[in-house]
Amino acid sequence: MNLPIYLDYSATTPVDPRVAEKMCHYLTLGQDFGNPASRSHTFGWRADEAVETARGQVAALVNADPKEIVWTSGATESNNLAIKGAAHFYQGKGKHIVTFQTEHKAVLDTCRQLEREGFEVTYLAPKPDGLVDMQALVEALRPDTILVSLMHVNNEIGVIQDIAGIGEMLRARGIIFHVDAAQSTGKVPIDLEQLKVDLMSFSAHKTYGPKGVGALYVRRKPRIRIEAQMHGGGHERGMRSGTLATHQCVGMGEAFRIAKEDMAKDNERIRMLRDRLWTGFKDLQEIYVNGDLDQRIAGNLNISFNFVEGESLIMALKDIAVSSGSACTSASLEPSYVLRALGRSDELAHSSIRFTIGRFTKEEEIDYTVRLVREKVAKLRDMSPLWEMYQDGVDLSKIQWAAH
Amino acid sequence: MSVYFDNNATTQADERVVDAMLPFLRAGYGNPSGVHGLARDARSAVDGAREHVAALVNVHVSQVLFTSGGTEANNLALKGTVWGMEIERMVVSAVEHASVMDVAAYLRESGCQVRELDVDHQGVVDMAAARGVVEEFRPQFCSVMAANNETGAVQPTLAVADLVRANGGVMHIDAVQALGKVPVDFPQSGAHLMSLSGHKIYGPKGVGALIVDKAIDFVPLFQGGGQERGLRSGTENVAAIVGFGKAAELALKEGFERSAHVLELRRELERRLRSLAGVTLFSAAADKLPNTVFFGANGIDGETLIVALDTLGVAVASGAACASKSARASHVLLAMGIEESLARSAVRVSLGHNNTFDEVSFFVRALEKQLKLFSSMPALW
Repeated sequence: MNLPIYLDYSATTPVDPRVAEKMCHYLTLGQDFGNPASRSHTFGWRADEAVETARGQVAALVNADPKEIVWTSGATESNNLAIKGAAHFYQGKGKHIVTFQTEHKAVLDTCRQLEREGFEVTYLAPKPDGLVDMQALVEALRPDTILVSLMHVNNEIGVIQDIAGIGEMLRARGIIFHVDAAQSTGKVPIDLEQLKVDLMSFSAHKTYGPKGVGALYVRRKPRIRIEAQMHGGGHERGMRSGTLATHQCVGMGEAFRIAKEDMAKDNERIRMLRDRLWTGFKDLQEIYVNGDLDQRIAGNLNISFNFVEGESLIMALKDIAVSSGSACTSASLEPSYVLRALGRSDELAHSSIRFTIGRFTKEEEIDYTVRLVREKVAKLRDMSPLWEMYQDGVDLSKIQWAAH
Repeated sequence: MSVYFDNNATTQADERVVDAMLPFLRAGYGNPSGVHGLARDARSAVDGAREHVAALVNVHVSQVLFTSGGTEANNLALKGTVWGMEIERMVVSAVEHASVMDVAAYLRESGCQVRELDVDHQGVVDMAAARGVVEEFRPQFCSVMAANNETGAVQPTLAVADLVRANGGVMHIDAVQALGKVPVDFPQSGAHLMSLSGHKIYGPKGVGALIVDKAIDFVPLFQGGGQERGLRSGTENVAAIVGFGKAAELALKEGFERSAHVLELRRELERRLRSLAGVTLFSAAADKLPNTVFFGANGIDGETLIVALDTLGVAVASGAACASKSARASHVLLAMGIEESLARSAVRVSLGHNNTFDEVSFFVRALEKQLKLFSSMPALW
């Protein structure tokens, strides 16, 4: 067994060797390095053909038309393009947007930017299990609401939202529905012929593809319009300019092709490993699973170990690569805003660890993780005066702490 | 024989660049924003690449913002500054790349006044005219490319920058085509902002950079995780950034030799082209990039000629790759006052350091053959 053990698949995934091999071909070999926008020679045509094949593979995973897929540099750009692009295009109809407090920063900060531009944004809290409160969403909608943005699968707690039901409700009201699917491709089946979703963001590097490439689905029937955010050259039918990175597009295409083929098999194995991990922790005192355990992707287990500080635990778990929340905010010492939005106390939010399991995780790695975490949690709790007080039956919430 | 003469559209990544990238497509897959070992390895690889890019243009690492490419760098420079500094008047040269032209058009629609700086018959910004525009219009922002992608003409960016700065304006230089071919020194250039691209210097596609002067206060294009000091959110494209860093390192080390070699090729090519009847070399009297030759053959449709050349095994272009789809004549040639019929016959040869004298000869022979064939056919156009 190789150390460290990687259990941070929601931050990024290894590139599948089959994907890396395809990408290498377009980086190195003979005639395939051309600029896909070059329309006057074989080098350009071959690159263009590779990009279009890859576009078809991305579309196939989510049952969309390849013409509905726009390449981007990643999910952050996709989210920016979807939200700003739709808001700017439809602002004549209204300037109100609804999203959720547990969204990724790329959605939340984009909405903040739109607020600075004069849009109004409602940030709804989810239910304590992390799922959308349908009633609260319906009540938040106004005549001038133009867009709702919701992630399919949460990056920290892995809960799966009911985008089918929410989509039906929004379509009936004529409100555009954007779904950030960065964390769900290859984990949850997506059928855009059935779903009433208008815009959907994808990332390659969360699905065993390369970093630096993503896509945005833009529905054609009924047709959704967006204002381009990057201009110059008119690539991607004017929606997103810039030379396409052939090897990156090819990598994403291959990754999505494999995801379609292997999803059922991967999920079954990953769920078995996740359950094994949870079984290994279950009997520990004072641990809390964050987010609904059933409406959840197979590979995610987010646990708060009460009376243990999350960052100290991560440090103690040097042999295991995990995080205490999303990668983007893991450098800060703030507790996870996602867990806070679920109503978790600062203490519990601070003591959380996200374990995310993926295609290359092995059973022995899970067993090692269980042993190591149990040992370190016990050790850290042994050093904690709060744990000792809790063991002695002191109700910590009733203590008046003296200021120094 | 298969000859690639379209190195201004894109270059083939250097083998050493690909070798540097591969570990980050395999074992080194960490997300640089994480805290564990794999993540820290990715972070330090990105930092190392940043040092190489900084060194190539002689700036501090904190001035390098990685982007998804030259187009994003140009969008970020123009929109970011116009929005961030509430700019109302800007100028761009008439021969800029689409990623500057289209952004300027977009900004014009949203209320910014935009004027163009004219070029002379050689495709070089006319300084007398520029002086007049700057003094009368007093632009707060100016964007001029270091060298044109179609003609290869090197622009008087320093002189323009002096004018613009004297009026308190911000100067942006799109150095995407100049980088690696002629020396590009940010502190000496007069620029506040400078765009770079990886895939034009034997690096990978999908990565570029914006070099930023500390005095610029600009608004990011993407909001999100706060990467690149909050100025460019989104998970870093680690492998491509590493490839760009390696390409920059090689350009600094080998750029002089590469340019000397392609200049010899270009001179040979130009000598042979001048001997062909009916061929006109564009920007022939301008100071040019060592690798670029742009010419027309009167009475011939450039697109037809280029496709015919491709079947003979030579890849060249009619102009910018981004505009390759459209049938319009080059906006650069029209701005230079070239007649539309001649402009429609344009062929761009852009050499790379892997090209050889044999390839130049092969190309000239193929061209001669085609020109003869066309001249023997009745004119259909």
